[in-house]
Amino acid sequence: MIPGISIYEILTVTSILFFIGVYGFITRTNLISILISVELILNASVVNFVIINKYLFPEVLQGVYFSIFIIAVAAAETALAVSIIINLYRQISSVEVKDIETMKY
Amino acid sequence: MERIIFYCLAAVIIAFGIASVTSRKMLRSVIYLSFVLVSIAGIFFLIDYNFLAAIQLTVYAGGIVVLIIFSVLLVHHIEMELEMAKATKKIVTAIACLIGLGVFLTAIYSYDFNVINMALTTTTADIGTGLLSYEAGGFILPFEVISVLLLAAMIGAIVIAKGKKLTEKNNQPQ
Amino acid sequence: MNLNHIILIPLIPLAVFLILGLFYNKIKPAVSGYVGVLGLLISTSLAFYSAYNYFFIIGKTDGVFQTIVEKTVWMNFTDSLHIDMGILVDPISVMMLIVVSVISLMVHIYSRGYMKGDPGYTKYFAFLSLFTFSMYGLVLATNLFQIYIFWELVGVSSYLLIGYYYTKESAVAAAKKAFIVTRFADLGFLIGILIIGYYTGTFDFETLNNPEGASILNWASTSFMGLSALTWALILIFIGGAGKSAMFPLHIWLPDAMEGPTPVSALIHAATMVVAGVYLVARLFPMYYFIEEGFALNIVAFVGAFTALFAAVIAITQTDIKRVLAFSTMSQLGYMMLALGVSGYEGHEGLGYMASMFHLFTHAMFKALLFLCAGSVIHAIHSNFLKDMGGLRKYMPITNITFLIAALAIAGVPPLAGFWSKDEILVAAFEHNKFLYIIGLFVAGLTAFYIFRIYFGIFWGKEGAYKNKPHESPWSMTTPLLILAFLSIVGGFIPFSEFISADQAGFETHMNYPLAAIAVFAGLIGIGLSWLFYKKENKMADKFANRLGVLFTWAFHKFYFDELYLFVTKKILFNIIARSAARFDKKYVDGTMVGIGNQTVNTSENIKGLQSGKVQDYAFAFIAGAVVIAIIFIYIWTN
Repeated sequence: MIPGISIYEILTVTSILFFIGVYGFITRTNLISILISVELILNASVVNFVIINKYLFPEVLQGVYFSIFIIAVAAAETALAVSIIINLYRQISSVEVKDIETMKY
Repeated sequence: MERIIFYCLAAVIIAFGIASVTSRKMLRSVIYLSFVLVSIAGIFFLIDYNFLAAIQLTVYAGGIVVLIIFSVLLVHHIEMELEMAKATKKIVTAIACLIGLGVFLTAIYSYDFNVINMALTTTTADIGTGLLSYEAGGFILPFEVISVLLLAAMIGAIVIAKGKKLTEKNNQPQ
Repeated sequence: MNLNHIILIPLIPLAVFLILGLFYNKIKPAVSGYVGVLGLLISTSLAFYSAYNYFFIIGKTDGVFQTIVEKTVWMNFTDSLHIDMGILVDPISVMMLIVVSVISLMVHIYSRGYMKGDPGYTKYFAFLSLFTFSMYGLVLATNLFQIYIFWELVGVSSYLLIGYYYTKESAVAAAKKAFIVTRFADLGFLIGILIIGYYTGTFDFETLNNPEGASILNWASTSFMGLSALTWALILIFIGGAGKSAMFPLHIWLPDAMEGPTPVSALIHAATMVVAGVYLVARLFPMYYFIEEGFALNIVAFVGAFTALFAAVIAITQTDIKRVLAFSTMSQLGYMMLALGVSGYEGHEGLGYMASMFHLFTHAMFKALLFLCAGSVIHAIHSNFLKDMGGLRKYMPITNITFLIAALAIAGVPPLAGFWSKDEILVAAFEHNKFLYIIGLFVAGLTAFYIFRIYFGIFWGKEGAYKNKPHESPWSMTTPLLILAFLSIVGGFIPFSEFISADQAGFETHMNYPLAAIAVFAGLIGIGLSWLFYKKENKMADKFANRLGVLFTWAFHKFYFDELYLFVTKKILFNIIARSAARFDKKYVDGTMVGIGNQTVNTSENIKGLQSGKVQDYAFAFIAGAVVIAIIFIYIWTN
């Protein structure tokens, strides 16, 4: 635990970071920017896991393990997302969200 | 002392996070993201989870950011200005996010966490034995599954990104 | 007593109708004629056998002919309210069975000759059988609803047969007019039925006609605008009967109905269908007599008398022989209604009722004979109009003699049938209301006059310009003429009052010689006047018509009633009521329905933006929804 910092403040920080990521996800018009926002969301959840592990259950390490898995999954997902974006770019020469609205009414 | 460091790190995280999602230039957005990631690694160092901080730096700040930069280079004119969403959308989303944030914070602050004050250092050896142990509480199975997942992701990424030209080139010599 | 054979009487013509109707493509015309006649022969023999059975073998029990009813519940609404189907055998229904059977059989035989070579021969016989079945059903009905059903069926058959020459526009219009006018009258009939059903709780004739029964005693329970509810019901039912029997003012369809083939006119519009109204009043006679001291019966009498006079006056002026006969039918039906109207109930008081039924019986014989003779003439000359005829007695002797017999019968010359029945009517009228008696007497004179006018016009006088020499009709047509002539002669000698009377007990009638003499004298005056005017060709008739001037023109144009009705329906009903109703329907009712559809389309157009295809919008919905649910469940629900 960090001496002098209560758990509330850290959880506040992670919540703010989470919602910054959500805001970015809904607002941005570029696919890669959306990807970046997803990274922010995932990171916020990682920090949440770790903090709760350290503050409430210091003798076990489940939070750390889970964070390791989240990081691994995030990495794999980013790689795949990038490959899809590149494939899409080859088809329509654009990575703007407004060009991929083919599922509309 | 640690308090000041923590507050600096928190400020960096929040500031650069907002900058990352509102920047008009692509590369700057990525760089701001890397700053956020490094600051988070800093928080991990403060908590004394050194191994995890190292993983964060290596995988996230080192691997993922590089991956994103490469994709930006492949599909983008770096100096091109990004479009921003319409004003109404931004305001509505901001309000929704603020309300959500309010819900979260109310939930968090109304709960009594029973914090255990114990300063314990975790070594890499502990993490390693826990991750690979076969007894109850061991994480060997998720570890193996993650490795399969990474293999699948690798193959999937190659297949998706291969594209038509490469496929034809592979099929032609026959 | 086994009365099962009576149910066969209507079913045989129904079977003939179905066979001829379903297989009309495959049956040769001649075969269908034989099938029709055969079916009717069987029905007629069964009818005679039933009459013999009913009147002589079963006879009177306790001095009264019993009403025998066989019925089954057809539609059950509640325990007390149900519609039955069945057969009701009592003196007048048995008499009507005979009348319908004989006339229908004669018309069937006659039609074999008259309609020969016509393309729709099988269809014609099918419709004739349908009509016969409907008429039998009407006569044997046990309750008001059953009679109403067969009433409508008879109307449909009439429509089909009037419009038989469907390529002729006037025939189609006449069929439509007949059906619509009678349907309009049937509205009154239906309302009357419903009122009776509501107040007395039953539709059954046996229960309703019981003089000591609750239904007749119930009349005092409610009153409406000065008359009791049941009186209104009876008046409405009489309106229905007036429509079918062409009483004034619902008479306009009968002259136009002559567009149908002449045998059809003989069967339907002279002898059987048009008497359905008279039969209905006779069927409900105890109700008419006892409720509110016979108020509705007075209306029946006056309407009947007025119609008789009105139709006779018009008949004097017409030049189409079938129209003259149509108005004559209307006049005689007026006589029948008049007779019912002046009738009492017990024994000799019920003379009017007996006279009406007797006149129905004899009128069927000689009116059908008149129509069939007219058909014979028309068949020979191919024209309906008096001006094309004349001097036919040399060419068509049988038709001449039979027409003369029928004319004498209708004029009331003894000892033919018409004298006996008409005399009884005049006696009944004399005993009840002198004014109606005077009208009846005057109409008797007019009847003789117009009938002999057309008799002399057809068979005597100057010969018409005939392209081919007219010849007598074939045996298939003259045989019915001879049979009906025979019946017209002997029909009067049947002691009718022994069998038919209002209380079903039978009574003895005695001849009232003074009144009979006056009636015969009136008839002879009529014959004499027409001898003067018409036997030899002269100008007396035209001069007399010119002297009468406007009155003659009015009578010739049937007092302009057709034009009046057309004006009312076209200008008033169509323009004002129908048009505005149509506009309301198109604008508001249609508009609402279309509007609902349009609203649906508009709403869907507006909310289709939800399916935008943008992932970010979906994510936003997701987040917002999650937040809302979180708020609800964490804060509102648990509090």
